[in-house]
Formats: sequence, structure tokens, C-alpha cells
Amino acid sequence: MGLFSKKNKEALNTPLFKENPVTVQVLGICSALAVTSKLEPAIVMGLSVTIIVAMANVIISLIRNTIPMRIRIIVQLVVVAALVTLVSEVLKAFAYDVSVQLSVYIGLIITNCILMGRLEAFAMQNKPWPSFLDGIGNGVGYAMILVIVAFFREFFGTGALLNIQIIPESFYEAGYMNNGLMLMTPAAFILIACIVWYQRAKDKSLQEK
Amino acid sequence: MKFLRNYIDKIKPNFEEGGKLHAFRSLFDGFETFLFVPNDTSKSGVNIHDAIDSKRIMSLVVIALVPSLLLGMYNIGLQNAIAAGTVETTTWFSMFLYGLLVTLPKIVVAYAVGLGIEFTVAQWKNEEIHEGFLVSGILIPMIVPAGCPLWVLALATAFAVIFAKEVFGGTGMNIVNVALIARAFIFFAYPSVISGDSVWVATESICGLGANVDGYTCATALQYVANGAAPVGASGELLTSCDMIFGFMPGSIGETSVVAIALGAALLLYTGVASWKTMLSVFVGGIAMLFVFQNKMPEAMPLWHNLLLGGFCFGAVFMATDPVTSARTETGKYIYGFGIGAMTIIIRVMNPGYPEGMMLAILLMNVVAPFIDYCVVQSNVNARAKRVTKKN
Repeated sequence: MGLFSKKNKEALNTPLFKENPVTVQVLGICSALAVTSKLEPAIVMGLSVTIIVAMANVIISLIRNTIPMRIRIIVQLVVVAALVTLVSEVLKAFAYDVSVQLSVYIGLIITNCILMGRLEAFAMQNKPWPSFLDGIGNGVGYAMILVIVAFFREFFGTGALLNIQIIPESFYEAGYMNNGLMLMTPAAFILIACIVWYQRAKDKSLQEK
Repeated sequence: MKFLRNYIDKIKPNFEEGGKLHAFRSLFDGFETFLFVPNDTSKSGVNIHDAIDSKRIMSLVVIALVPSLLLGMYNIGLQNAIAAGTVETTTWFSMFLYGLLVTLPKIVVAYAVGLGIEFTVAQWKNEEIHEGFLVSGILIPMIVPAGCPLWVLALATAFAVIFAKEVFGGTGMNIVNVALIARAFIFFAYPSVISGDSVWVATESICGLGANVDGYTCATALQYVANGAAPVGASGELLTSCDMIFGFMPGSIGETSVVAIALGAALLLYTGVASWKTMLSVFVGGIAMLFVFQNKMPEAMPLWHNLLLGGFCFGAVFMATDPVTSARTETGKYIYGFGIGAMTIIIRVMNPGYPEGMMLAILLMNVVAPFIDYCVVQSNVNARAKRVTKKN
């Protein structure tokens, strides 16, 4: 079995589009609403979740045969909590501003349904390498939606991207205004809904009967 | 009329299958059925047909809105003249003409954007064109201030038509009032064009009509009330009851004049298009809440003036009674209307950030309306079930 056999590729690819955790499984919506008003925290959040899901998947997959079934949830939680604390400390040390902006949401990754879902559904039954790929796929699938939403929210809400002003001053003098709605959480709902709409229009198999 | 019918019959083949202008079929169909009651009859089942269909209802509402619109236009010119201090030298006709020039582009933009989207969707889905935008298109320009930029209006209209109506399935399927969603979009996305004190009076001269007034500011009456003061008009003097009833004060274009709204209400009630139950209970709810909060109102102003200010009357007559978004059951209409009136006053009093509460109150009750209906129907079911079990 090669490193990138058909099955492994599938583990990496399906969560990106066909089984996207946010737009298809509708998981992790809470943080997708909360951290996407600017691009920078969204990228950091996406990165953190990707690293944590991948690592947690590998660790759980390694010890999957030694975990007693009755206490598996608590074991998974301990692993995830340790990883979240680690990421949170690293962020505080090296990117303090962003960690302040993300506030409790880094800590709340532990309650992110994507994590527990992947550990239960995939890592408990699969070997470490496919589990790692599955974690990366799901993390990137989640991060991708976050970045798209944050791009539109920051661009139309503040006229800037990554805190660099994009829309020139002359636009504002001609009467252009920033869209205040984009900075509120309902805008994230509407944008995610648009992505879901687009995705289901493209891929008919996702449409409910 | 005969000549119009003949003309339509003459150009009709162009729009049929294989005709040159088949791409515009939905547009033609929409206009034809708007002008003439269609001849189609039902082909299956037993149906009772009335001469009035939804297009006729829509055109009645538009007619009912005309007095408010005309008086609103005159009021724009009047406020401009007051701001410039030229009331004595300006004739009423040039005031009206100025108001017309301010309002007309807004109406054109709202209709062009809204109908454009409706026609595109109808053509794309191969459906008949929906007539619902006829009313929304005239309502949207009437509930924004005179100083609202056209591009903001266009964006808000597009947003409302797509996200409040088309995604739910088009006319008759929307959960919340489309025109109010457009206003709410402007309110949250571009608060500076719909609140504050520099947008309510038109201050730019158009085609030589009206006067340029630089740096003029005047808040709406409700903003004074929210600050605990008696409302002041554009001239800087206190507003009289007469000003409030005829609507000679700064505010959104169509909402100021109670007299014009009453004319529209009379037509709607006489023809049975709007429900008197909803309308009445909005006022009852508002009055009840006014008595609850009477010691929080500014003392310099009589309590009943609160019902004349802002969008209270306009919302009660034209927005709350929208048959699609209001409660359907007869008992439900009382509860629904009472909720709107009460919520409006609560929002106005409890949250100084939102001096106008009508929009948010109606949107909230729109969302609650299906639940009210459910409760009313269910309580009836329970009452009848109880009666049956008692007999046995």
C-alpha cells in the first residue's frame, strides 16, 4: 500500500469538497461565525484547527487498540485538550495580538464537533498515516471556508485585507462606504449560506430530495 | 383599452415558442396579465374563481400608497425650502416638483433592480413572472430618507429580493417583509445614510429647483423624543400637532403624513385587502405600551403624539397588514398586531440607539407569526377534542 494510494487520497480529498465539515456536515459553525470578521485571525484559527485535528488523529490512531471502549471519549478529550493547550501557549508566545483577538475560541477548539467527529469516525478505525491525511483534509476544508468568509467580510466591511488598506481613498471620496453589516455575525451566516448554495448547485449529488 | 388589447394580441406571436423575442417571454407575460385579467380557467378540481387575483390586490395597494407618496414629495420640497429659509418665495408647485425629482430616481432604481432580478429568475427557472415586487418596489423608496444614495438603495433592493424572497421560493413564500429587509439592510450595513441628522432633509438643488444648503443638519422627531426632548422641525421651532398629522416634518419619504396614510388605509379597508383586525390591534398595542411607559416619555409632548411620529402609522397600515407575512388565523391577527404595536414602543423607549422601532418590531413579529398561528389552531383543536371527550 503506497503512501498516496487511492484510498489515502480519498481520505485527504473528500473532506475538502464532497464532505466539507462546514458546508456539508455543518460542523464548527460557531467558530466560523465568531473569528471571521478579519482575515488574519481566520487564517490562524484554520491553521490551529488543522494542526490539532491532524495530531489528535495520529495520536488516537496509534493508541486506538489500547483504549478501552467505555472510556474512549475521555481519552480523546485528554489528547485534544493537551494539544489545544499547547497551541494556545505557542500562540501567546509568538503571536500575542492574534491570540488576544481569538480570545476564548482557541480554547474552545476542544469543543469543536469536527475534532471529536473525526476521532470517533476515522482515527478509531484506521492506521496513523490515513488518519493524519484525514485530519489534514478536514482541517484544510474547515480553514478554506473560514478564509473565504473572512476575505469577503474584511474586504467589504473595512476595505482592507490583512489590515492593509485595499480600497483607495478616492473611492470613499466618491461616495463609497464600508458595509457595516459585513462586520456583524449575520453576514457570516449569509456568506456560508451562499457557499453552500454554490456548492450544491455545482454538485447535484449533495442536494436533498 | 380596446386599442391596447389589439396591440398586445398583435405582438403576442413574437413571444411564443419559436418567436423572435422568446427570451423575453416572462416579461411580456408579466405585463399582459398585469394589464388584463388572464382568460385561463382551472382545468381540474373544483375551484371558486373571483375576479380579483393577486395582481389586482397589488395594484390596489399601490393606489392606496399614492397619497402618501405625493404628500411625501411635497414635504421634501417644503423641508428643503424651510432649511434654506425660502418658504415664502417658493410656490407649492415647485416644492412638489423638487420632491418629485428627488424621489423619482429612487423609485426607478428600486423597480429596475427588483424587477430585473425577478424577470431573470422567472426566465431562468422557466416560470411565470411573480407580481409581488410591484408593491415592494414602491414601498422601498418610501421608507428611506431623502438623502439615501442610489447605489445603496440598489444594493439593498437586490439583497432583499434575493435573500428575503427568491431563496424562499418567490412571491407569497417569503417569511419576512421584503421592503423592510431592504430597509434593515441599509440600517445595519450603512447606518450613516439612514440615521443621524444630515440625511432627512434634501439639501442639494436639482435642475435649478430647490436650494443648496451647506452643512445643514436636522434630526427626525423621534430622535428628539429618544433624547427626552420635544420634537423640533426643520425650521428649529417645535412641531405642532398639525405638522405631525399632515406630515410636514423631516422623516422617511412616505411615512410622515398621517392624513395621507389614513386615505390609503380607508381604501384598503373598504376593498377588504387589508385586515382591520391587524391594523386596530397595532394601535391598541402601541397605546397600551404608551401607558405602561408614560413616565419615561418627554413631558413636553402629549403622549398620543408618539403614535403620529416616525413609521408607526405607515407600518401599521401598509407593512403589518401584508397578507403573506402576517398571521393567517383571525385570532392570531389580534395577537400579531398587538405584538407589533407593543414591541415598537418598547424598542423606542428601552433602546435609545434605535429611536424608530417599527421596522424591527414588524420583522420580529413576521418571524413569530407562524408560531402564533400554530398556537391558535392547536388551542382550537384541543378545545374541540375536550368537548368530544366530555360528551362521552
